[in-house]
Amino acid sequence: MPFELFVALRYLRDGRLQTGLILTGIGVGVGVIIFLSALITGLQQSIVGRTLGSQAYVVVRPPEEMPRVVEGGAAPGDALRAVETERPPQRVRSIVRWREVEALLERTSGVVGVAPTVTGPAIATRGLGSISATIRGIELESYSTIVDVRGRLVDGTFDLTGFRVVVGTELARKFGVGTGGRIRLQAAGDRGGVYSISGIFDYRSRDLNERLIFVSLQGAQTLFGLDGGVSTLEVKGDDIFGAEDLALGIADRTGLVADSWMAQNRDLLVGLRSQSMSSIMIQVFVILAVALGIASVLAVSVVQKAREIGILRATGTRRSSVTRIFLYQGAILGTVGSLVGVGLGTLLAVFFAGLARNPDGSATFPVALTAWLYGRSVAVALGVGVLSAVLPSRDASRLDPATVIRNG
Amino acid sequence: MAEEPALVRLEGLTKTYGERVVTPVLRGIDLEIHSMDLCALTGPSGSGKTTLLNLIGLLDRPTTGRVVIEGTDTGALDDEARTALRGRALGFVFQFHHLLPAFSALENVMMPLIARHGRKKAWIREKAEHLLEEVGLAERMTYRATDLSGGQQQRVAIARALVADPALVLADEPTGNLDTQSGEQVLEMVRDFNRRLGTAFLVVTHDDHVASACDRIVHMVDGLVDSDRRSG
Repeated sequence: MPFELFVALRYLRDGRLQTGLILTGIGVGVGVIIFLSALITGLQQSIVGRTLGSQAYVVVRPPEEMPRVVEGGAAPGDALRAVETERPPQRVRSIVRWREVEALLERTSGVVGVAPTVTGPAIATRGLGSISATIRGIELESYSTIVDVRGRLVDGTFDLTGFRVVVGTELARKFGVGTGGRIRLQAAGDRGGVYSISGIFDYRSRDLNERLIFVSLQGAQTLFGLDGGVSTLEVKGDDIFGAEDLALGIADRTGLVADSWMAQNRDLLVGLRSQSMSSIMIQVFVILAVALGIASVLAVSVVQKAREIGILRATGTRRSSVTRIFLYQGAILGTVGSLVGVGLGTLLAVFFAGLARNPDGSATFPVALTAWLYGRSVAVALGVGVLSAVLPSRDASRLDPATVIRNG
Repeated sequence: MAEEPALVRLEGLTKTYGERVVTPVLRGIDLEIHSMDLCALTGPSGSGKTTLLNLIGLLDRPTTGRVVIEGTDTGALDDEARTALRGRALGFVFQFHHLLPAFSALENVMMPLIARHGRKKAWIREKAEHLLEEVGLAERMTYRATDLSGGQQQRVAIARALVADPALVLADEPTGNLDTQSGEQVLEMVRDFNRRLGTAFLVVTHDDHVASACDRIVHMVDGLVDSDRRSG
């Protein structure tokens, strides 16, 4: 053990009350940081998870059809003329040479999964009941890399072969059908057929559970007359909050429209960011309070131990060693205090998470206690401890031994 | 045979305090201290004894003049070099013991050496234990400084001053705060170490009895050396 660490430890042990109080202060501060971070991160992960549990990070589709001129003939010479334009009805269209685009996306940095899909509107009917539905034609294997659809299944199997579909719980309830039941799907242009329900999913969204219907990719191509085409390529990235940048890059490289989940959920994103900012502000002020606490305790310690520092200097201890004695004290206070805080924050978070449960058994207030959070908290407290000790340690090293020995 | 070079040589040493109102404390000191000297530094309060001790101990810098220790002109040394020289060549005994209260008697004695060499040196512990035995504190090594009597603390301070084998120990009123019996014990130890180890001592004192126990008496008046004579 270095001489300076030996002295630092002894000084901290010698001032038990002071050390205990500041360690409690640091522990509470770090505990609050851990608790708040775990709670807010947990809530955000839960919200984002629920949102992205049913959609891709980025959806790539063809540009909308441009308005066209519907009236107005040629004008003589250079004369200007008025024309009337009309926005054509948007229909389900295929991405041109989508296999090449798919391959390009798979090679794109930050992309971890690509799934070709055909998505379009249809009317689902059973008897006299009808629902305006969104048909999503998928290849189960590739789509599973984007959304965990199998995990959402609550009844039956995810079998989309032939004329089989998987529907949501709300549609099944409204139509009064279960697995094995039949419904009719009718798309534009009189295309449609009768499908058998192989499975029922629950997306925990009333709207999606009512409107979304999964069919096979080929089934959807037939339903929307795409003939081997796909209307969308759904993309999953490696960074949830990097989706916007990923979408911009994809749009730039492909010339297609690329919408990120962030663009489609602006309000949610603003809410999440506001939450994060509030959390960061609270953490900054807590860290500031901890830093001031450590600095004031060490500053008092320098005054209290001025004569001893003078003795150490007189007996051959270097200025740099005196500096290190106080830096070590700051580091020890930061590290031990943060470990106390880790325990305290974890207890608080676990207690809070256990307070209330959702009907499905999940925590109402989920907490995200991660190694990263612990590591970051300890590192921040250690850094704050050392930085807080810089000024007191500098003062200590500048003490004039003759003066402090004489005056104390 | 050439005369042995002085352990400490002071040349034209002055020290003033204050900037607006300048107060001269030392007004031109020329003095030599040789190895094995047992020298008392006497004089009335305010004559500059402690200031001179601090200058020799490299705890302070003179306004003018030179402090030469073991042939090294200390004026040119930076703080690190002065600290190193102080740790190697000088030991201190203060009037109020000034032990470190958070540490045991043994740790206090070891402190000057572990500051330089680190803690994991068995010889440092052995040396400190040996010195504590010599000052009669073999049974009190693990006691905290605050749990020792004044006389015992001063004996620990003497052991600490000697642990690094300094050529010179600077003692500021080493018996000033002790009862007669403890003072006598401390004085006897100083004389004993001076004779046996050859360590020079410069003892600041107001006490004529302490001064007369030394071999040489330097008397100061008003920042100047008034007399420098052999005792007895």
